[in-house]
Amino acid sequence: MSDKKRVYLDYAATTPVRSEVLEVMLDIYNNNFGNPSSFYQEGQKAAKIIDQSRETVAGCIGARPNEVYFTSCGTESDNWAIKGAAIAQAQKGKHIITSSIEHHAVIHPCEALARQGYEITWLDVDQYGLVDPDDVRKAIRPDTILVSIMMANNEIGTVQPIAEIGKICRENKVLFHTDAVQAAGALKIDVKELNIDLLSLSGHKIYAPKGVGALYVRGGVKIANLLDGGAQERTKRGGTENVAGIAAFAKAFELAVSEIDDNARRLSSMRDRLIGQVMAEIPHARLNGHKTSRLPNNVNISFEFIEGESILLMLDLLGYSCSSGSACTSGSLDPSHVLLAIGLPHEIAHGSLRVTFGKDSQEEDVDRLTADLKNIVQRLRDMSPLYSDFLKAQKQA
Amino acid sequence: MQYSDKVMDHFMNPRNVGEIEDASASGTVGNAKCGDIMKVDLKIEDNVIVDAKFKTFGCGSAIATSSMATEMIIGKTVEEALSITNKAVAEALDGLPPIKMHCSLLAEQAVKAAIKEYYEKTGRLNDENKALFDMLEEDPH
Repeated sequence: MSDKKRVYLDYAATTPVRSEVLEVMLDIYNNNFGNPSSFYQEGQKAAKIIDQSRETVAGCIGARPNEVYFTSCGTESDNWAIKGAAIAQAQKGKHIITSSIEHHAVIHPCEALARQGYEITWLDVDQYGLVDPDDVRKAIRPDTILVSIMMANNEIGTVQPIAEIGKICRENKVLFHTDAVQAAGALKIDVKELNIDLLSLSGHKIYAPKGVGALYVRGGVKIANLLDGGAQERTKRGGTENVAGIAAFAKAFELAVSEIDDNARRLSSMRDRLIGQVMAEIPHARLNGHKTSRLPNNVNISFEFIEGESILLMLDLLGYSCSSGSACTSGSLDPSHVLLAIGLPHEIAHGSLRVTFGKDSQEEDVDRLTADLKNIVQRLRDMSPLYSDFLKAQKQA
Repeated sequence: MQYSDKVMDHFMNPRNVGEIEDASASGTVGNAKCGDIMKVDLKIEDNVIVDAKFKTFGCGSAIATSSMATEMIIGKTVEEALSITNKAVAEALDGLPPIKMHCSLLAEQAVKAAIKEYYEKTGRLNDENKALFDMLEEDPH
């Protein structure tokens, strides 16, 4: 297993820390261990690093520095945005609108609120995973306090019409949260233009380390604290700051934003090459997600008659790291909620494969992957009773 | 997913994949909705399973347990094959991750379903041995 050259194709799961970012971290660990809350020079140096990082992150999304709060991860940001907005506005109402394809970091906080008496409207998506902004408009009621729709989906890569949804929310004076964990660094984000009130970010998807994220909270928007504690983050988020992680996140985000156009070109070329090759060479395959309103690095394809974990295992043995929406890889008995929400039958959702490209991906990986996938899919189909049934039915017809 | 070397061997080099044209009996269990289906064909002569073939739609452990289960029953009498439990199949594979134990249950069910069909075809299914097949009613999930 270890002698094969590894080809990492799961950048939507996590990314390696890039060297420029690691340098920033090492410098802080080596020379700047102070607690930013401390009065003396070591502390003040650390505090300055955080201030600068905040300015950088704010600049990446068109926000003001005092609208950016650092957190420990994307999940914390989502929890804080949703629960914080819900608690702060409980007097106004208890109705929240979200979609059926959100990340679990949004779904589960909404479900937790539902258990506490909040009412959640789960908007359906179309076959490509798109939320219809008109559905948002129709779902808004006088007691609606929050709309939470992700900017881009982590599984199928579909990019939502965030500007339209933001406009509708602003017109109706309803707070709008978007989970931009997968979109950050891949799509240009301007929170003012998009009318976003709350936006979640995560470091480890953009070549910063795990354990750092951020929440943008538009100036004037009040949300309740999730972590009460010291006076960190202007008393809104207690806990001694992850100074090196925050600086790393800022550096990584700044680099990602400066490379957005180049990366979009490079990655979408690989994406379209893989989609084109697989659809042309492997029968009974189906592209999941939208063809064009899609993250530049995301490919998600279902192969009929076979199961996703088997595909992943064979790919792993050949050196590829990819992921699947099958039940066997999700740790539950149901396949991915996203694939079911776009209307895939269970058996086809079980046979999905997600490939996400990133900085070390190469065009030649694509060609090799297609060839290997073709063999793997055929091998598994030759073992599948569903496939032999299909062939028999075809013969009879 | 941490699989034993034996599971990986049976997954990558599955034994007895295929179908038996003139099978004495076959059993199909599981469903596509849950992500696993196993079909087992048996060739039975003089009460001995002389050949077994399988086709499986499912994850790595579903394929490996199908392969191992067919290996374990070839050459056995029908009664001996009936006594092979899912635990025995899992143990022969040096264990399965806990979340995958239902795959081994599915393999046991597939073999039992085929033998039940054989009993039915040969008029041997009666009130006494009927209980041997009760586990076919269990939901492996």
